[in-house]
Amino acid sequence: MTDTIRSHGAPARGPSAAAAVTTGSANALMRLTDPPMRAVQRLIGALRMPYVFLLPNLVFFGLFVFLPIGINIVFSVTGGTALFPSERPYVGAEHYARLLDCGSYLEAASCREDLFWRGVGNTLTFTVFQMVAMVLFSLVTALVLNRPIRGRGFFRAVYFFPVLLSPVVVALIWKWILQRDGLLNAVLTTAGGEKILFFVDPGWAMFWAVFVSVWAHMGFYTLILLAGLQAIPRDVYEAAEMDGTRPWRVFHRITLPLLWPNLLVVLVLVLIRSVQVFDEVFVLTGGGPGTATMMVVQYIYTTAFANQVQNFGLAGAASVLLGAVLFVLTLIQLFLTRRRAS
Amino acid sequence: MKRTAWVAGCALALSVLGSAGIPALAQAQTTLRIMWYSDGNEGEVMNDLLRRFEDKNKDVKIVLDQVPFKAINETLPVQLASGQGPDLARITDMGGLAPYLMDVRAHVKDAAYWEQNYGPFLQWMRVPGNTTAIPGYMTQLTVTGPFVNKTLFEQAGVAMPGANATWEDWGKAAKAVADKVQAPFPVAFDRSGHRFFGLAVSQGAQMAEVGGELKPVDDGFKRAAKLVVDWHKSGVMSKELWGAVSGTAYRGANEEFKNAQVVFYESGSWQTAQFDKTIGDAFDWIAVPTPCGPANCSSMPGGAALVALKTSSHPAEVGRLLDYLASEEVASEFYARTLFVPGHIGLAKKGIAYKSASPQAAAALKVFGDAVGKLDPVAYRIQGDPSSRIVFNAAISRLGQVVVGETTLDDAYQRIASDVAQQIAERKKKQ
Amino acid sequence: MTGKLRTGKLSRLLLARRGGASWHWTDVASYAYLALGVLLMFGPVAWLALSSFKTPAALLEFPPSLLPMAQSEVSVQGYPQPLPLFRVTMEDGSVRELAQVRRVGIVAQMVDPKEPGQTIRVPADRRTPVRHMALAVENYTDPLTQFDFLRFLRNSLVVTVVATIITLVINSMAAYALSIYEFRGKSLAMLGVIGTLMIPITIILAPVYLVVTKLGFVDSLWAVILPGAATPTGVFLLRQYMLTIPRDLIEAARMDKASEWRIYARIVMPLSMPALAVLAIFSVMWRWNEFLWPLAVLTKTEVHTLPIALNAFQGELQTQWHYLLAMTVVTLLPVALVFAFLQRFITSGIANTGMK
Repeated sequence: MTDTIRSHGAPARGPSAAAAVTTGSANALMRLTDPPMRAVQRLIGALRMPYVFLLPNLVFFGLFVFLPIGINIVFSVTGGTALFPSERPYVGAEHYARLLDCGSYLEAASCREDLFWRGVGNTLTFTVFQMVAMVLFSLVTALVLNRPIRGRGFFRAVYFFPVLLSPVVVALIWKWILQRDGLLNAVLTTAGGEKILFFVDPGWAMFWAVFVSVWAHMGFYTLILLAGLQAIPRDVYEAAEMDGTRPWRVFHRITLPLLWPNLLVVLVLVLIRSVQVFDEVFVLTGGGPGTATMMVVQYIYTTAFANQVQNFGLAGAASVLLGAVLFVLTLIQLFLTRRRAS
Repeated sequence: MKRTAWVAGCALALSVLGSAGIPALAQAQTTLRIMWYSDGNEGEVMNDLLRRFEDKNKDVKIVLDQVPFKAINETLPVQLASGQGPDLARITDMGGLAPYLMDVRAHVKDAAYWEQNYGPFLQWMRVPGNTTAIPGYMTQLTVTGPFVNKTLFEQAGVAMPGANATWEDWGKAAKAVADKVQAPFPVAFDRSGHRFFGLAVSQGAQMAEVGGELKPVDDGFKRAAKLVVDWHKSGVMSKELWGAVSGTAYRGANEEFKNAQVVFYESGSWQTAQFDKTIGDAFDWIAVPTPCGPANCSSMPGGAALVALKTSSHPAEVGRLLDYLASEEVASEFYARTLFVPGHIGLAKKGIAYKSASPQAAAALKVFGDAVGKLDPVAYRIQGDPSSRIVFNAAISRLGQVVVGETTLDDAYQRIASDVAQQIAERKKKQ
Repeated sequence: MTGKLRTGKLSRLLLARRGGASWHWTDVASYAYLALGVLLMFGPVAWLALSSFKTPAALLEFPPSLLPMAQSEVSVQGYPQPLPLFRVTMEDGSVRELAQVRRVGIVAQMVDPKEPGQTIRVPADRRTPVRHMALAVENYTDPLTQFDFLRFLRNSLVVTVVATIITLVINSMAAYALSIYEFRGKSLAMLGVIGTLMIPITIILAPVYLVVTKLGFVDSLWAVILPGAATPTGVFLLRQYMLTIPRDLIEAARMDKASEWRIYARIVMPLSMPALAVLAIFSVMWRWNEFLWPLAVLTKTEVHTLPIALNAFQGELQTQWHYLLAMTVVTLLPVALVFAFLQRFITSGIANTGMK
């Protein structure tokens, strides 16, 4: 089924001159790179070629992801403010004990590092709401865009446009609109309402954090879902309609299952983004009111950088804990994907 | 398209690699780099002064790297900790960065001039125990203090509290005015631990060390904290400032003040230039002396210093540059054009002629200049304490939580004490 | 029969791809939804653009005016400076246009431009400024002349282009290895990719800084280009896509004695164009907008990128909003232009990926 939609080289269509240039340069590149790679293949054998392909990425991963994670683990069991691991005294599990020292895990205020747990709680809330809202809105939009409407390309572009904006810009735009004397309050007062101080009320602040995030990213997920919808063969629907199947049932029994792979991609990506969320929300709400929208990544960043005593140890321990949770989450997701696929 | 991208990419990459090599080929010139942040026009003015220095010193080239304050506050410490960094930087956390500052005493012409004019501030830049180092000079001295919207008082027909009025007097008067003219912010404080201490010092806060341990939460501190929390409960202060953001995030009320929504705004001298420029004729504003508390009527000093960093390999040139910038003539021009309160004792006594300021702004700067003379020694000591920012941050972040009802005052006191103790302990851990 | 007809109409709401000729309420609802979408998606950006042309004083107004406005001024005989013009409601209820000489407290001294001899005292709250539309172009010109904008633009371009090319090449190679081959250690490599999928750079900022320092990259653009080049997301996306490429094509090529490199470059890469396009777009967005990391490693002006330069308007105590908004618009422009020209390509690229 996938093959039916995969358009072989569709985007390459366009002015033929450009295509010719592309082909020309691709040929030149090929002539340049093929002989050495061919030599490598002869040397080590075709079976070991995947390692060659993997190598460059692995080097980068190793240097800038795995090594730093390792250093972070070292940070987490050492103390002080020095940056070089060799200058930091070993403190054992002290930072971990501090983070996990809670009267009750359901009550952040009972914890020694209450801010960490508030961050964890806020991130959870944000993730749940954001996933529901994101999937709902991008699905509805994709369904609407999948209808025979005029100007579909234009509307598709409209929803996609904010995806290209930087998180900081997105937050600035909305902060500008939502502040006490912003556009929205101007509209509210003109309509006879009262000004609402959105950033003083924890509920509103979280609402807008989720809203702005959905606003900025739903265009991308809409396109993924739209692609899935368009891949569903029409005759399946026609057959269902012939049988007089009720529309909700068709949606439930045909559309959703056939769309599931795309939905899953959306779910994975949204989850990843939600857990990582930081600058967008921070610029918008500053983590407030109080600590109502302070995310766990903000806690880690503050502990390591914004405080006068840059506590890389505590921040490292928190990020190791977060990393472990994320890793487990990913594995569960992977497992679910596998099961669906088989 | 791909090819164009490749060609463009390669060309750009080559030009970058190429341009990196060019300065090395230029004549034997020392390049000094200054990491600099700006609140207003000071970057522009500094650039002017530096060009003049270069004209007189052909062997030195100076680059002013203008960065966001965030870079000074958050990433410069990391760079310094890893042995990287510029030759000089404009910093505010002098106590915290003191270990990384270079002593240029040997490279300035007249150390006595420095001691005489920058003495009390030099102490802020020294590591505890050191009494001789000359690491830099104050580009700006700030003092906290209130601005008042005089027009709102007139419209409401409320009399302004007099010279030795207390904080409570001002709170009451501001609330009365705000109720009449429907201003949403009777009293506003910047959301900043430093500003909070502007109040706390007058209430008797000491931030003293007892038995080698810093006691941030004393009776004076508690009196100030209670006043602020009560004001939030009774609507004298709006949650929008202290409650709206989390942690140590700064939030000013300058925009609100400019929009005539604030009656009494506790901020500081640095707002003057901006108010002068943007309020214009919209209303009359004045700076008034800091209100009194049971202990005194002192403000909090603060400011930004241009300091030499140990990462520099040109101490002589750095010394020469600082000598030039800190000289009475040059410093005076800098303060005058930026509308800053001078961090130079001699100039403070003489008074700066703020030619570009309106009468309103000049009057305000006079009030702040006078406030410098009335600073309590405790305020100086707190500002110079290497742990002051730890206390400021802990105070503002926990009091912010109290204001929105996330926690109680008593809990906040405990949290502040333990936050501070833990960070100081962490800093002491050395191998 | 009727039941079936209803089903048909309703089903169109949820499933239809090609509808009938006449309007149905679901069509109306769809267009209403889309119109709302246009307002919601474009409105805020348009508002930002309009606001960026306002003077600092106008930015503070409430309620904000839709268009950038400035107060009109008139030259009055006997006064050296032009005077601001106000519309004043007089005691008798008539409305006059007067120029203001000065305001003391809550009383304004005003003068009629037509009869400059006589000053009129007016309560300050009786006057409203006379205004005309004026663009505060200096919000743009000041920073552009004060800063070496072209250099920042060039740095941002270099970072974006070079990093995107590196990302595309090494990510696609890794994805190719992980999708087409079976080899020992494959699961481990997959685990490495997926396990780091969720690690944001923010939380490993300090260690990465340490690594970059040790490699001697600080204050060169490589410090920004290299660390983010191997994206787990990119490998993941490309691999998912490459899995759908028919194996027969590859086997056929092997029969023809094509080298593995040739299969990758000449068969798999062209077939993965849509997925590569998606990754390219993402990479461009990430790099163009990156802020926190460049701020940490780029301290010298000559290597600053646009987002850093933009944020130089945020001081310790004050943010120069008028400049910040204007420069935000400036950084948006290239993105908007690229999007305007390539939008069909970009959106259909993502749509065609299918990403299964």
